[in-house]
Amino acid sequence: MQIPAPFDYVRASSVDNALALLDRHGAESRVVAGGHSLLPMMKLRLARPDWLIDINDLFELDYLLIDGQTLRIGAMTRHTTLLESDDVQRLFPIITDAERVIADPIVRNRGTIGGSLCQADPAEDLSTVCHVLEAVAVVRGPAGERMLSMADFHRGPYETAVAQNELLIEVRVPIRAGSSSAYEKVERRVGDWAVAAAGASVTLDSAGAISQVAVGLTAVGLEQNVTEVEAVLVGQTPTEELFTEAGRLASLACDPLADQRGPIDYKRHLADELTRRVLRAACRRAAASASEITI
Amino acid sequence: MHINMTINGTDVTREIEPRVLLVHFIRDDLRLTGTHWGCDTSNCGTCVVLMDGQPVKSCTVLAAMADGHSITTVEGLANGTTLDPVQQGFMEEHGLQCGFCTPGMMLTARALLDHNPHPEPLEIREAISGQICRCTGYATIVRSIQWAAEHPVGTAETAATTEEEAVHA
Ligand SMILES: Cc1cc2nc3c(=O)[nH]c(=O)nc-3n(C[C@H](O)[C@H](O)[C@H](O)COP(=O)(O)OP(=O)(O)OC[C@H]3O[C@@H](n4cnc5c(N)ncnc54)[C@H](O)[C@@H]3O)c2cc1C
Ligand code: FES
Ligand code: FES
Repeated sequence: MQIPAPFDYVRASSVDNALALLDRHGAESRVVAGGHSLLPMMKLRLARPDWLIDINDLFELDYLLIDGQTLRIGAMTRHTTLLESDDVQRLFPIITDAERVIADPIVRNRGTIGGSLCQADPAEDLSTVCHVLEAVAVVRGPAGERMLSMADFHRGPYETAVAQNELLIEVRVPIRAGSSSAYEKVERRVGDWAVAAAGASVTLDSAGAISQVAVGLTAVGLEQNVTEVEAVLVGQTPTEELFTEAGRLASLACDPLADQRGPIDYKRHLADELTRRVLRAACRRAAASASEITI
Repeated sequence: MHINMTINGTDVTREIEPRVLLVHFIRDDLRLTGTHWGCDTSNCGTCVVLMDGQPVKSCTVLAAMADGHSITTVEGLANGTTLDPVQQGFMEEHGLQCGFCTPGMMLTARALLDHNPHPEPLEIREAISGQICRCTGYATIVRSIQWAAEHPVGTAETAATTEEEAVHA
């Protein structure tokens, strides 16, 4: 039977209250959002906070709103809410693609975007998605708010720029005309973490050429985007040959480890194949949305 | 700490340690052993209960986090001796073998039908995809849920078998 080590529990009533509680209880206090990463770690005694600050009552952080050219996602937005949102599907199909394969429907009822990004598990899908979409993380602490690019926010496996006395408040995703995106993951069985996954976002100009592109990989040892792909694709009209070259670059850029999910060459093969697939899908979707056909 | 929640429509108040998981609170403190406890790692779904109508894996929720919320366990599905159509469907279509996964499966089915009264078979499979039937009886579980969808208020036979009927059967 897995039981967490003893701790004290307190429920925060607002963001300010949560920040005050983190400040008061200090280094050994942790917030719990959906709890679907933290509680398993506490059950295994890999995490032993003295104080658990429950932020599930912070409905003020559970929202999705379109604000001019930005989609604003509150940190307490559950996976299920992201999956079921028509606005998200229309603007950022990469998020919908990823949410369909994150854990299972019941885990998705609890897990949040904030918890996912702060956990920063190397196999976690939304970090890749946010890197690819060039999202900005809004972090609040005693000294006020700071805006961080994903490159600054996400420091590496299980490590982010969020300090002990800070909270991730919101994720801001820029909305670009002519742009679309896609995500694809290979998993051993439904609900499992990725063997490997890839995400892509592309913007097509009025002539149909690629004016912006980003490709990211999950679970293969590359925390940042595959920047090599940009130089090859930007300014070009999408073709299979370009996707093949991008796939090759992605398989070279990643640095997977062999584990029970597969050997290194298999994971490199997935990085290659999935990069081609997501670029193909993102370009097809961007072209279709340019001609106002929804797919 | 002090917690208070509604379990199957009844108010309960208890003194607990903050580290008690909801599944153990339900089984050990409240002695409602219909909720099963299996993998302990949020993978199998036998511990699923409804929290404010939504399925959650109770091995990965603290009892403290359920304070102030409304919980439904398998014991809360039937209304007196009248079975929930989902329970009746599992009887009609042989939705259980050993019965270990059944409470979680039935609660997920109830939440699915509340949300989507006429699910396609694929939607049913998706809804239960976070749950494992160790007897691998998925086809009959899907048929049981379809039966419940087709009989939203049950049938005339939806009454639970009483002990007396069981003796005469
Ligand atoms: C069986 C299972 C399968 C899964 N499969 C996948 C998968 O395939 N892909 C995937 O991406 N994920 C998967 N997950 C993880 C799931 O998405 C989690 O919900 C997610 O990683 C964490 O979200 P949470 O809200 O539960 O965070 P919690 O567990 O509550 O918190 C995680 C960490 O983030 C911190 N934190 C939470 N919110 C904030 C905040 N607002 N500000 C600062 N710090 C914060 C906490 O202190 C903790 O350290 C799986 C989980 C399970 C149990
Ligand atoms: S016991 Fe909770 S999911 Fe298996
Ligand atoms: S009936 Fe045996 S586990 Fe499903």
